[in-house]
Amino acid sequence: MKKLVQDFEVLQRKELNDDHFVLDVKALEPLPEIRPGQFVNVLVKDSNTTFLRRPLSIHFVDYERNTISLYIKKIGDGTKKLGELKEGDTLNIVYPLGNQYSIPNNANTLLVGGGCGVAPLLYLAKHLNQAGNKVTTLLGVRSEKDAVELDAYKEYGNILVTTEDGSFGEKGYPTQHSILEKEKFDYVFTCGPEPMMKAVAAYSTQKNIPCEVSLENTMACGFGACLCCVTETTEGNKCTCTEGPVFNINDLKW
Amino acid sequence: MVNLGVKLKDLSLKNPVMTASGTFGFGEEFEDFIDLSNLGGILVKGTTRHHREGNPYPRMAETPSGMLNAVGLQNKGVENFCSEIYPRIKHYDTNILVNVSGSVIEDYVETAAMINDLEHIPAIELNISCPNVKEGGMAFGTSCASAAEVVKAVRQVYKKHLMVKLSPNVTDITEIAKAVEAEGADSVSLINTLLGMAIDAETRKPLLSTVTGGLSGPAVKPVALRMVWQVFNAVKIPIVGLGGIMNAKDAIEFMLAGATAVQIGTANFIDPQVTEKIVVGIEDYMKRHNIQDINDLIGALQVR
Ligand SMILES: Cc1cc2nc3c(=O)[nH]c(=O)nc-3n(C[C@H](O)[C@H](O)[C@H](O)COP(=O)(O)OP(=O)(O)OC[C@H]3O[C@@H](n4cnc5c(N)ncnc54)[C@H](O)[C@@H]3O)c2cc1C
Ligand SMILES: Cc1cc2nc3c(=O)[nH]c(=O)nc-3n(C[C@H](O)[C@H](O)[C@H](O)COP(=O)(O)O)c2cc1C
Ligand code: FES
Repeated sequence: MKKLVQDFEVLQRKELNDDHFVLDVKALEPLPEIRPGQFVNVLVKDSNTTFLRRPLSIHFVDYERNTISLYIKKIGDGTKKLGELKEGDTLNIVYPLGNQYSIPNNANTLLVGGGCGVAPLLYLAKHLNQAGNKVTTLLGVRSEKDAVELDAYKEYGNILVTTEDGSFGEKGYPTQHSILEKEKFDYVFTCGPEPMMKAVAAYSTQKNIPCEVSLENTMACGFGACLCCVTETTEGNKCTCTEGPVFNINDLKW
Repeated sequence: MVNLGVKLKDLSLKNPVMTASGTFGFGEEFEDFIDLSNLGGILVKGTTRHHREGNPYPRMAETPSGMLNAVGLQNKGVENFCSEIYPRIKHYDTNILVNVSGSVIEDYVETAAMINDLEHIPAIELNISCPNVKEGGMAFGTSCASAAEVVKAVRQVYKKHLMVKLSPNVTDITEIAKAVEAEGADSVSLINTLLGMAIDAETRKPLLSTVTGGLSGPAVKPVALRMVWQVFNAVKIPIVGLGGIMNAKDAIEFMLAGATAVQIGTANFIDPQVTEKIVVGIEDYMKRHNIQDINDLIGALQVR
């Protein structure tokens, strides 16, 4: 898959809550094929503390509008500056980067996301649904106001939520949700904070279900040139940006 | 037509723009973005005698106008390079240089000897300045005696162009440059990364697994320029300048300070097409200043 560096045009920025927003950016040339789990590396302008590009998962691709959506959490100055982009601004992007999630057929699939880790799950849900899988998306958030975009997920399957304060859905962490014991899943996909992914991995191992996780190691280049982003695997250090970010948990030393 | 071609002794470059080792993979990683044949040369990843896993993650920390890395020379070893990688890249229409690293002299010598046999590799860059390997690396480049010793040993087995990459982590870089020139280095490249560190105040922990790492990017440029200028005034062999070059203007500054060619490192991460843009930008500069031959710029700094 050929990697590109291109200027995109900001179509709109949707504020989801205090610190999350979705940015829709339009390519000026027809988009190439983009697979679920892949990411982009964006150039942030006018930020003194942002020297390197910022890696962001591909949240959704709309080939009709020729747009990519990014789901972003404001962490530091780089993501804050992205949150100030306006309609018509340009955003320089290197993409499509990384490998992809596996897409099984006719399986009962569970997607578990937390924090900004939910980003790649929407596009994954779409692909899983298209391939005839049953899709259940389980989002773990702090409280009700963080449970966003639920209708979008509903398009492709079932959506469940856990909140830490119990204000919406079931109270607790996603790995404490009752569905995990009620239903038998064939495939689990997860992205989010490492402790959450490790808990999901432990659940999958115990139930003997294949599980793929998406890692967010710090990166300098995003396309395999610097070897800064490695993750330890059973076959030695692997490059998270080219051989990942999606890994099967059996390959990780978790 | 302006002339962009430069010569590092017997080694001809179609233009002075090369890439810095460890920031350009094996060149393959950039084939989607640029036409490698537009570059004066590419330096492939640091290669050692034996396979190295490198340092544990985290290996990178962003800093104001730069980054720290602690990759630690992760590579599959010289035999793998010769059998697997070289056949894939040898057709590139540019000079391919291998960055040879090590921790003991015999490793440098054996690695250099194996690469000497590769027809399409016209030169090596001897890395005696890596701050990220415990057992040595930089240690060779920080004393005149050990720098001279490793260059002397490699010179005996390596018959093509021998470039030696100098460490900025020294009191007087000109002394090291003179020492490697005396042992038969054909050129010197400088600078490698500056030793630095970064701390997370919230967690009270270092940001790199190795605590310290190598600083690169625009943050190091003034130091690198100064060192190129000092070395230019101390040795006769050609100099390849690098450290924080982000655009054509930066590259010209290094040439004015005395560099015959330049290497682009960290900038490749931010703009994978930056090297081609720098070639074009240098040409524009020459036209703007009515310079026919790029060689007229080398060391052309006008000090008062
Ligand atoms: C493959 C990949 C996909 C990603 N996808 C998304 C996404 O879809 N949406 C999203 O909001 N974020 C995503 N991230 C994380 C995002 O890149 C970071 O949040 C962003 O780089 C922070 O930049 P900043 O300038 O705002 O903060 P900075 O000023 O760089 O950082 C603020 C603080 O957060 C810490 N930090 C920053 N990045 C990371 C990291 N990756 N891991 C651990 N600590 C970190 C820093 O050490 C610092 O303490 C992804 C990361 C990767 C590697
Ligand atoms: C991620 C990374 C890896 C590097 N690996 C090597 C290496 O293997 N051998 C070497 O001689 N220098 C290595 N360097 C140093 C660069 O080649 C260069 O000397 C330094 O980064 C300064 O140039 P820059 O500011 O243009 O990046 C590395 C630098 C970085 C950022
Ligand atoms: S971020 Fe540079 S190799 Fe992965």
